[in-house]
Amino acid sequence: MEKPLTQNIRPDREPLDIREYEQAGGYQALRQALQMSPLKIQEMVTDAYIRGRGGAGFPTGKKWSAVPMGDKARRPKFFAINADEMEPGTFKDRLLMEGDPNLVVESAIIASYAIEADVAYIFLRWAYKLAAQRLTKAIAQAYEKGYLGWNILGSSYSLEMYLHTSAGRYMCGEENGLLNAMEGKRPIPRTRPPHAVMVGIWGKPTAVNNVETIACVPYIVSHGSAAFKALSHTEEGGTKLYGVSGRVKRPGIWELPLGTTLGEIFHDYAGGMRDGYQFRGLLPGGASTSFLVEKHFDARMDFGSMDKTGSRLGTGTIIVLDDKTCPVGMVLNLEQFFARESCGWCTPCREGLPWLRDMLDAIERGAGILEDLEILQEHTWLLQLGHTFCALAPGAVMPLDGALKYFREDFENHIRQHRCPYRH
Amino acid sequence: MSGASMLTDEEKREIDEELAKYRTKRAAGPEALKIVQKYRGWISDESLRDVARYLELSDEELDSVATCYNFIFRRPVGRHLILLCDSVTCWVVGYEDLRARIEQRLGIQMGQTTPDGRFTLLPAACLGACDRAPVMMIDEQLYVELSPAKVDEILDTYR
Amino acid sequence: MPTIYVEGQPYEVSPGLNLLHACLSLGFNIPYFCWHPAMHSVGACRQCAVKLFKDENDTKGKIVMSCMTLARDGTRISIADPQAVWFRKVAIEWLMLNHPHDCPVCDEGGECHLQDMTEMCGHVYRRTRFKKRTYRNQYLGPFLTHEMNRCIQCYRCVRFYRGYAGGRDFHTLAWHNSVYFGRHQDGVLQSKFSGNLVEVCPTGVFDDKTLARHYVRKWDLQTAPSICVHCALGCNTIPGARYGTLRRIRNRYNGDVNSYWLCDRGRYGYEFVNSPQRIRRPLLRNGDGRPTLAAKETALTQIGGVLRESRHVIGIGSARASLESNFALRCLVGPENFYLGTCRAEVQLLSAAIDVLRNGPVPSASLHEAAWADAVFVLGEDVPNVAPVLELALRQSTLRKPSDTIQDLHIEPWNDAALREAIQTEKGPLFLATTYSTDLDASATQAYHAAPQDIARLGFAVANLLDANAPSVPGLLAPIAALARQIAGQLAEARRPLVVAGVHCGMGAVLQAAANVAYALQRKNENTRICLAAPWCNSLGLGMMGGKCVDSAIDALRARGSTTLVVLESDLYRHLDVAEANNLLNTANHVVVLDSLRHKTTDKADFVLPAGTFAESTGTFVNNEGRAQRFFAVLPPAGEVQESWRWIGELLAASGQRSSAPWQTFDEIVEDLVRAMPAFAPVARAAPSADFRMAGQRIPRQSHRYSGRTAIHAAVNVHEPQPPADPDSPLAFSMEGYLNQPPSSLIPRFWAPQWNSVQAVNKFQEEVAGVLRGGNPGKRLIEPQADGQVEYFTEIPEAFERREGYLLVVPGYHVFGSEELSILSSGVAELAPMPYIAVNPEDAGKLIVRENGLVDVALSTTSHYLPVRIAPAVPPGLAVVPMGLPGIQWNGQPVWKKLLRT
Ligand SMILES: Cc1cc2nc3c(=O)[nH]c(=O)nc-3n(C[C@H](O)[C@H](O)[C@H](O)COP(=O)(O)O)c2cc1C
Ligand code: SF4
Ligand code: FES
Repeated sequence: MEKPLTQNIRPDREPLDIREYEQAGGYQALRQALQMSPLKIQEMVTDAYIRGRGGAGFPTGKKWSAVPMGDKARRPKFFAINADEMEPGTFKDRLLMEGDPNLVVESAIIASYAIEADVAYIFLRWAYKLAAQRLTKAIAQAYEKGYLGWNILGSSYSLEMYLHTSAGRYMCGEENGLLNAMEGKRPIPRTRPPHAVMVGIWGKPTAVNNVETIACVPYIVSHGSAAFKALSHTEEGGTKLYGVSGRVKRPGIWELPLGTTLGEIFHDYAGGMRDGYQFRGLLPGGASTSFLVEKHFDARMDFGSMDKTGSRLGTGTIIVLDDKTCPVGMVLNLEQFFARESCGWCTPCREGLPWLRDMLDAIERGAGILEDLEILQEHTWLLQLGHTFCALAPGAVMPLDGALKYFREDFENHIRQHRCPYRH
Repeated sequence: MSGASMLTDEEKREIDEELAKYRTKRAAGPEALKIVQKYRGWISDESLRDVARYLELSDEELDSVATCYNFIFRRPVGRHLILLCDSVTCWVVGYEDLRARIEQRLGIQMGQTTPDGRFTLLPAACLGACDRAPVMMIDEQLYVELSPAKVDEILDTYR
Repeated sequence: MPTIYVEGQPYEVSPGLNLLHACLSLGFNIPYFCWHPAMHSVGACRQCAVKLFKDENDTKGKIVMSCMTLARDGTRISIADPQAVWFRKVAIEWLMLNHPHDCPVCDEGGECHLQDMTEMCGHVYRRTRFKKRTYRNQYLGPFLTHEMNRCIQCYRCVRFYRGYAGGRDFHTLAWHNSVYFGRHQDGVLQSKFSGNLVEVCPTGVFDDKTLARHYVRKWDLQTAPSICVHCALGCNTIPGARYGTLRRIRNRYNGDVNSYWLCDRGRYGYEFVNSPQRIRRPLLRNGDGRPTLAAKETALTQIGGVLRESRHVIGIGSARASLESNFALRCLVGPENFYLGTCRAEVQLLSAAIDVLRNGPVPSASLHEAAWADAVFVLGEDVPNVAPVLELALRQSTLRKPSDTIQDLHIEPWNDAALREAIQTEKGPLFLATTYSTDLDASATQAYHAAPQDIARLGFAVANLLDANAPSVPGLLAPIAALARQIAGQLAEARRPLVVAGVHCGMGAVLQAAANVAYALQRKNENTRICLAAPWCNSLGLGMMGGKCVDSAIDALRARGSTTLVVLESDLYRHLDVAEANNLLNTANHVVVLDSLRHKTTDKADFVLPAGTFAESTGTFVNNEGRAQRFFAVLPPAGEVQESWRWIGELLAASGQRSSAPWQTFDEIVEDLVRAMPAFAPVARAAPSADFRMAGQRIPRQSHRYSGRTAIHAAVNVHEPQPPADPDSPLAFSMEGYLNQPPSSLIPRFWAPQWNSVQAVNKFQEEVAGVLRGGNPGKRLIEPQADGQVEYFTEIPEAFERREGYLLVVPGYHVFGSEELSILSSGVAELAPMPYIAVNPEDAGKLIVRENGLVDVALSTTSHYLPVRIAPAVPPGLAVVPMGLPGIQWNGQPVWKKLLRT
């Protein structure tokens, strides 16, 4: 099976240096891309039907084709590579950036070319120190080799690329929070429309894509849309980095065809539960997805299929809940994260999440009351998409909703017994 | 917004390098704070004003971003920063035990600094190494697959 | 006109509105917090949720924020939908999780938008049982209290302070549910518009600190429509009084004038009304020079006798007194003996300004028009300090052009955050030419600092570029010529250009240059407007009345012998040199002064009559736009205090000129005024006359919830006292009367059922944020000549040349300190600077003087020892002396002086 994303990544994650990368076929895709028109690349990406790997699954081709092109476009245009990866349970972009930084840089150049961006920023999570070192080096080498800068490889296309490291906030990963963070402002979300492709960084057209999303592009350029589509098991194109963490035998991350089933990933790759632990449920794609249980093992891990389960594909990194771990505690942990990271801009999120956290905390401590469950349940509707300003709070109530659905008796037991049954 | 900026030459040089990346001075604000923090350990009111002046921002404009980010410290921190991941996977596989161990060993609570100024213990959101959980970071170094015993060993290596 | 469907019923709405704006305009109640009629939508609070349906078959619908949704043709919504109702109720519950339940001790209580919305949403029971978050508050200066625990994080304060008013020392701090609104550290808020936070904040985070010292609930305040007396813009206000003292000033919406805003001088300058320096009884100075209090009758008899015996009576009018009082004085002394209470230079400048407005082709700009200008050229005026709310308007004007240039992005004008993100820091053309740097410099395209002559020359050059028929300027330096080209280019391109000038830089040529620019523009673009700043609240009224300057009064006195001088509401020492003022007051055989406050002139008077302040009077001011605006007494005058025009009417009788006082009521004097001077005809229509009734009733100055009316005097008398009569207006000093909305000029307070906060103003407008029902108050007295032949001014001053050993001293201004009345307020006094003289570093070098070093400058006949401020923005050869500060005795006429180091 072809692994366009991880083919160069060694088990110890020591990356290829630029010469090795080139020998492995690196930067060929860029050469090919520069022979094509940007619009052609957009078309190929559209045909490849790649849906955004940052978690929302927005079709990348559709996003790019909304960028104003040609002489009339307001300039400069920006490309922002979203490498903020702060979604709890998610560790996939780190692999790419640490394991194959040159691929990330090459991908970013091609993606930038596709929208005729003048400047590209890689917006990196503050904690990813190793990735920062490796990307810095990869960018510098790309400049040296003429892959970046003026008239790239003798073409008329020029691009500046910078690494920007965040100062640490989950909202920096939210597309619009990222734009504000880039401008040195508080990473609060922005009103949409106008979309970033019209009004982005410094008010100029900007495309924002996840690291994994753009990393697919060199393959699409060199092998064609059809080949890329064919890599997957479903109509959504490509491969996907799937990860599993929690008390499984082999926590890890694997590049697999998009649409691989949940069961396959859990059993075949993660090796099932660690000895002494039973499976209770999982979050299929990071903290802001809803719980799934055993009956979902046949479901395919792509955006469309996951939506049908009532959960979401999210980032595709699975977090497993075992029988010795308290589901209430786990949801409390998640809501604690979301409440802490809420930007404070809109009321439901700023006030609602701490309230949820306080109720969950009370329940977990044995101080909960049944009315709390009602209020918790209400909030899964109240904080849904469209009711809040951005997708943070709607994401936050996903696991709560799932937990109330599948582990309701755990909540009730806490309240009835006035203690956490999992603590001894 | 008046008065001279008391940044060191080194700080200025590094901030200037950052400024070259952006189209506004303001955009370099968080990064400039990180640079100054690297040298001074934390961002005191004076440091904040030094940077604000240099970037032609009002104190409030810079403080507004300084106080919103997790890793700009507006209060003094110890020589070494322990960032213990408290997000979901680490929590599932042992965060609470690690935290108890560290707190007990250092005699401080989460959010506090040891009296000798050696360590500050802070929670960190998911460090993106869930497959190797539980994890923590000390300064720039990531430690994975931790156990209480391993934490003891690691802490001993910091002075 | 789009049709929208609310609960299935069709309604026509104006195009381009968001649903919240449209529905509020239709009279529906939708709760909101972050939306503000002047600052529009950001969608943060999520309070304004409604159900939106795709079409008539959609029964499910979805929740949307009405403030963020365009009211397009065919939009179907439900406000009453149970889910929407529930969502809005929970939104309040969220805010209440942390909001303290301290309404009884909160100054906002009773006029709190949060209270209103909580009621409206039906949230009554608090389901949470967890601890509330608490904050530490900050000291923010003399004007505002800070009580952050009450914050509901609507972000209005920071949006107003920074985005709307351009302040930079205030921001959002911290994160998640501990976001904080304040300063980096405790300290005085630097913006002169900070007081608006009191009205912008929907709860009690920012409240009026001056009110807190003598606190009264809104419903217990006696209120009346009034006009600010602290500059010439004529912002509409609502003063509130209780127990005979003035307690606070609030904004009174006027869509043409100040809209939702006041400056801090206007809001907090009111304390002079309660000042210990108030004159409340007539004073007579006996032979030994000692003042004694006298009964009204005694005073009238004595002054009447003096007037009768005087061969000549000279009257000195006042630009801070009402039209009616000035007119009364003019009647008393006769037009030929009526002098304007301002110095020669100011009179000349003012009449030049009036001439430009009256005889020129360009209409004067309302503040509303100024805010909508898309290119502005300011000549000579320190707008932020002499006409503060105009600064606010000009700040908005800089957004117009950038908003126009991004039209292809199709951002609705109310989508405030998106619009600002799209235009970023870009600013439309705003050119400033002033003698020193001003608060607007940072927002200006170019700020040119030069001597008045050079400012005039720049203006003349711009006019010449716009129309070759305007005179050209010889010998213009290349950089100035380039600047002139840039300005002319931008003004010519603009759709609604505005020229701002005035009298404050003390040079007529600047005014003429501004007129030339406006005239030249008008030939190309009939949307051109001119705005001329004037110093006093009734400068234009007095100027239009006409009269000689106070300087010439002295000649008249000398020439005529035995003369009585009647001074109306004026401290001559503010307008004349000390020696001149002394001369004038000493030469007159008798001096009668009518004023509300003790000052140097009253100290020298033989007779002092206690005049009412604006708070105790009914009258008319003409603002700098030429708009006649009526103000009404909010307090019945106490003791012997009464309006000057009443005193003078009684003097006419006491002196035997009339058999009885000619004006028993305000309407009578207005009638006389209009008859005598037809130019003032619209004054009669500025507000309804005293016999006006709504449903047979007066408009009550007290709310229907006014409390303690009988209890006040219960210790003395349990019978309710008769409320004071008001023969001068249709308002009553009572809580009885018409409860619905009166005509716009009579609105004593904004209140509507369910709307106790200032947001009730929505209910008084034809369309929210538009004109008040029945039109905005005030009547314009001056419209340009329709067929006016444009005559350009042709006298171009020589370029400024420095003089060895001398500096040209020019006037400077401070919003806090330069104005006579407001400085008596403690907060204003606290923020007023100490006197100083500002010079360029180069000149300071020549003088060999350091910052704060003392210099001696012989301004007028008095020596001034002033500390030096070294200010690079002051052009070499100039020195700036701030007007009006205590100890500065100067009429503000630019003058060459030698500075001596002491
Ligand atoms: C609260 C929040 C946090 C997010 N964090 C990230 C992130 O760290 N990395 C990322 O790529 N996308 C993140 N996203 C999704 C982005 O908003 C955006 O959809 C994505 O970067 C677009 O890229 P894609 O289309 O390539 O996925 C986040 C979204 C939300 C609502
Ligand atoms: S302080 Fe007032 S205006 Fe500011 S966010 Fe809070 S409630 Fe809103
Ligand atoms: S008023 Fe609509 S979201 Fe605040």
